Amino acid sequence: MTSVLPDLELSGPLRVPEWVEQQLPTGLTVIVVQRPSVPLVELRLRIPTPAAPLAGLDVLADTLMSGTAQMSNVDIAAALQAVGGALGVSVDPDRLLVSGNGLVTGLDRILEILAHVLTGASYPEQEVATERDRLVERIHVARSQPAHLARVALLRRSYGTHPYAVQTPEPAQVRAVESDELRDLHRRWVRPAGAILVLAGDLDPEAVMASVSRALGGWDGSGTPPEALPPVPPLVTGPLVLSDRPGSVQSSLRLALPAVGRTHPDHPALQLANLIFGGYFSSRWVENIREDKGYTYGPHSTVEHSVAGSVLVVSAEVATEVTAPALLETSYELGRLASVPPSADELEQARRYALGTLQLGMSTQAGLAGTASGYAGVGLRLDHLARYADDLASVGVDEVAAVAGRYLAPAAAVSVALGDAERIEPDLARLTPVVREER
Amino acid sequence: MERFRLDNGLRVVLAPDRSAPVIAVAVFYDVGIRSEPPGRTGFAHLFEHLMFQGSAHLEKLAHFRHVQGAGGTFNGSTHLDYTDYYETLPAGALERALFLEADRMRGPILTEANLRNQVDVVKEEIRVNVLNRPYGGFPWLKLPPVMFDTFGNAHDGYGSFDDLEAATIDDASGFFETYYAAGNAVLTVAGDVDPDLARILIEKHFGDVPPRPAPPRPALAEPDLTGERRESYVDPLAPAPAVAAAWRVPDPVAERAAFLPYVVLAEVLTDGDASRLVERMVLRDRSVTSVGGYLGFMGEPYAVRDPTALVLQARLPAGRAVDPVLATVDEELDRLATDGLAPGELGRTQARMATHLLRDTDAVLGRSLTIAGLELVHGDPALVNDLPRLVGEVTAGQVEQAAATLRADRRASVEVVPGGGS
Repeated sequence: MTSVLPDLELSGPLRVPEWVEQQLPTGLTVIVVQRPSVPLVELRLRIPTPAAPLAGLDVLADTLMSGTAQMSNVDIAAALQAVGGALGVSVDPDRLLVSGNGLVTGLDRILEILAHVLTGASYPEQEVATERDRLVERIHVARSQPAHLARVALLRRSYGTHPYAVQTPEPAQVRAVESDELRDLHRRWVRPAGAILVLAGDLDPEAVMASVSRALGGWDGSGTPPEALPPVPPLVTGPLVLSDRPGSVQSSLRLALPAVGRTHPDHPALQLANLIFGGYFSSRWVENIREDKGYTYGPHSTVEHSVAGSVLVVSAEVATEVTAPALLETSYELGRLASVPPSADELEQARRYALGTLQLGMSTQAGLAGTASGYAGVGLRLDHLARYADDLASVGVDEVAAVAGRYLAPAAAVSVALGDAERIEPDLARLTPVVREER
Repeated sequence: MERFRLDNGLRVVLAPDRSAPVIAVAVFYDVGIRSEPPGRTGFAHLFEHLMFQGSAHLEKLAHFRHVQGAGGTFNGSTHLDYTDYYETLPAGALERALFLEADRMRGPILTEANLRNQVDVVKEEIRVNVLNRPYGGFPWLKLPPVMFDTFGNAHDGYGSFDDLEAATIDDASGFFETYYAAGNAVLTVAGDVDPDLARILIEKHFGDVPPRPAPPRPALAEPDLTGERRESYVDPLAPAPAVAAAWRVPDPVAERAAFLPYVVLAEVLTDGDASRLVERMVLRDRSVTSVGGYLGFMGEPYAVRDPTALVLQARLPAGRAVDPVLATVDEELDRLATDGLAPGELGRTQARMATHLLRDTDAVLGRSLTIAGLELVHGDPALVNDLPRLVGEVTAGQVEQAAATLRADRRASVEVVPGGGS
C-alpha cells in the first residue's frame, strides 16, 4: 500500500493521426483518417444547408433513405446491413449530416448505396407520409420533455430573428411537406459543392480515395456552395424568462453567455475559464450546487459552437423548492470568476483535463470522424488540435481572469427558467426581474 | 490478454492495446440491484455514489479532482448484477488510477453529511430520469415487477424516496463489508500499458487490500410464467401510448449456446428498417412509431445473469390501441417460427452485430468494461474476441426455435397509458 498519490508520467505532445484530403471536381471534399484498431469504418457526410426551410429539411432527413427508383427503404437498409453497415441522417441549422459505420470490407458497397441515394432519392409518397407522421409524434413527445422545452425557450430568447432561434418545426408545417417539395429541396440543397465526406478507420487512404471518386464522382448538382448564415446577433440582456410548466417537480435553469469560435484568440482561455466555472465535475459550480448542497444531479456548462456563432450555455435541473437558491449560487460562481482571478492550481487542473480529454477524443474511430467532420464544417482540419493544445498549454491565470471578466459576467447572461411558475416565481423575483414567457 | 488473481482474491485482466496513448481502468463488484434487501430499494445505486465520497487517503472531492486533473474522465453505474467504477485517462496516469481504486476498495469514509448530500443528489437523478419526464423508467423499472414475483428480481432499482431517506451509515458499512470484498471484485486495465509493469503496479496498490471472500449470490431463480401477465399504468406526462413485452430466455451463462440465438433474434426483429418488426409495424402498418428489442432489462446481454428476458418495446401514435400491436408481434413471431428466415436475413443481421461488437471495443473504455463484465459473469474475458464468431455461428434453425418460444402465454407486458402531455 502507498499513501501518497502517485505522480503522473508526462504525456508527450498530442498525437494527431495522419489524414489524407482531396477535393473531387464536383466540389466534394474527402478526408480520410487512419485508425487501424478494429476492421471498421466510420462515415460522416456533412452537407451545408444554411437557411434551408426547417420543416422541409427535417422531413428530408427522415426520408432521404426511404427509396429510389430501384430500391425501397427496406432494400437500402438490408443492403447496408449485409456489409455490417447502417446510415442515419440528421439536420441542424448549419448542415445535413449522413453518419454511419460498417465493416471496412463493405466500404465500397456503403459508398455505392450512399451515391445511389444522393443521386436518386425519390421520396415516395407512402414513405414520406409515414415519416412525416413519425416526426410529428416525436415533436409531441419532445414537447413533454423539460430539457427540450427549456432549450426551445433559451434559443428563442437568445437569437431573436436569426435562423438559430427556432430549430424545431411546428407539427402543422411538417404535415404540409409533400414529396414534390422534398425532391425540389434535394435538388437545391443535397449537392457536393461545399460538402465534406470524412472516413475514419482501418483504411488505405489511396485505395479509399479511388473508391470515393468512383462511387461519388457522379454526384453532381454543380454550383457554388450555399451562402453562409449571417453571424448570430449579440445577446441582449433582460429579465429572466419564466416558462410555466405546472406541477413540474424540478426547474430547468438555462443561462446563455457570450462566447467565441475555435479560432478566436480568446477561445483557449475561455474554454479553461468555463471548465473552472462549471464545465467539468471538478468545477466550482458543480462542487457547490451538487456535492455541497445537493440541489441537482448533472449540472453542466458548455461552449456550443455553430457555424454562425458560439454561445456558452449553463444548464441545471434543480429541485423545485431550491430553484432560487440554485440560481443564486450560479450567479455567485459566475460573478466570482468574472471578478477574482482563479488560483494557479485550479487553472492547472482544468488545463490537464482539457488536454487529456482532447487525446481521449481522438482515441476512437468515431471520435476522430466526429471531430474531423465538425472541424471541417468551420474550415479547420485535425492539425488544429495540435495548435489548440499548444495554446491551452500556454494560457496564464491573467488571461483566464481577463476572459472570465469578458464572457462569464452574470450581468451579460440571458436567463430562462422552466418550472412550476406559481411555486418558483416569487423566490426568483427576489433575485432578478422576471417575465413570463409568451406562448 | 493476461488474467491472474492476487492472493487476496482480486481477479485481474490486462488487455494491452497500444493504438492510442490512453488507458481505461475498471473495477466491477459482484453486487447490484438484485442484491438489495427489502426495505432498501435503490441502496446499491446510493452506495455507488458513496464510493466517490472519500476514502483513507482521499478526502471528499479528491477522487474527481485527481482523475480529471490527470486529464481523465470517470463514472460508475449500478446494474442488476454488478456495480462498476471506471476511469479513462492518458497512459501516464495508470498508477494514479490504480491508487484511487485501491484506496476505496480498502474502504470508503462514510459520513452522515455525505450520505444526506448524496440522498439529495440521487433524488434529483430520479426526478430527472423518471419523475419529471415522459416514459421515465420505461420499461426497465416498470416491466420486472410484472414478470417477476420475488423481491430481488421485481423491485424498483432506483429506489423509493422513503427507502433512500431511511438509509443509514450502518447500512452502508454493512453493505461494504459484505459485498465490496476483494474476492468479489474484478479489476481490468485496457489500453496503452506494458503488462509486466501494470502487474507490478497492481500488486503494489492492491496487494494489501484485506482478503475477504465473495458472499453467496442472492437466490434469484423463479419459474417461467405459466400464463400471460399484463399490466398498465398512467404516465401523466406521456402524450402517446407505449408498450413493452418480455419473455424469459435461457440462462445466459449456464446455457450460453441456447441464449445466443435470442440475442440474434432480438436484432432480426428490430435492427433497422429491414428488420421484421420495424418493416411490418413502423413502415407498413404504421401501428407504432418506433420499436426496439434487446436482451436483459438494462440491455446488457453479456453481463447479465439468470433469470432474464428478451424485451421488446414500442411507442404508438397518440390515440392508438395496444392490443393490435401485441397481436401483430405474436403474428410476426409465429410467421418467423413457421416460415423461417428469408435468404440472407440471418447473414446480414449477424454482419451488423459484428460491427456493433467490434465498435464497442474500439474505445479503450468499452473494451475494459466488456472484458470486466465477461470475467465477472462468465469467468471468461477472452469471450470478447470470440463473440463475433459465436454470434455468427448461430443458425437459422436456432433463431426460428427461439422465436417459437415467445408465445403470448409466456409473455409479461406493460402498457403506458398517456395521461396528458402536450
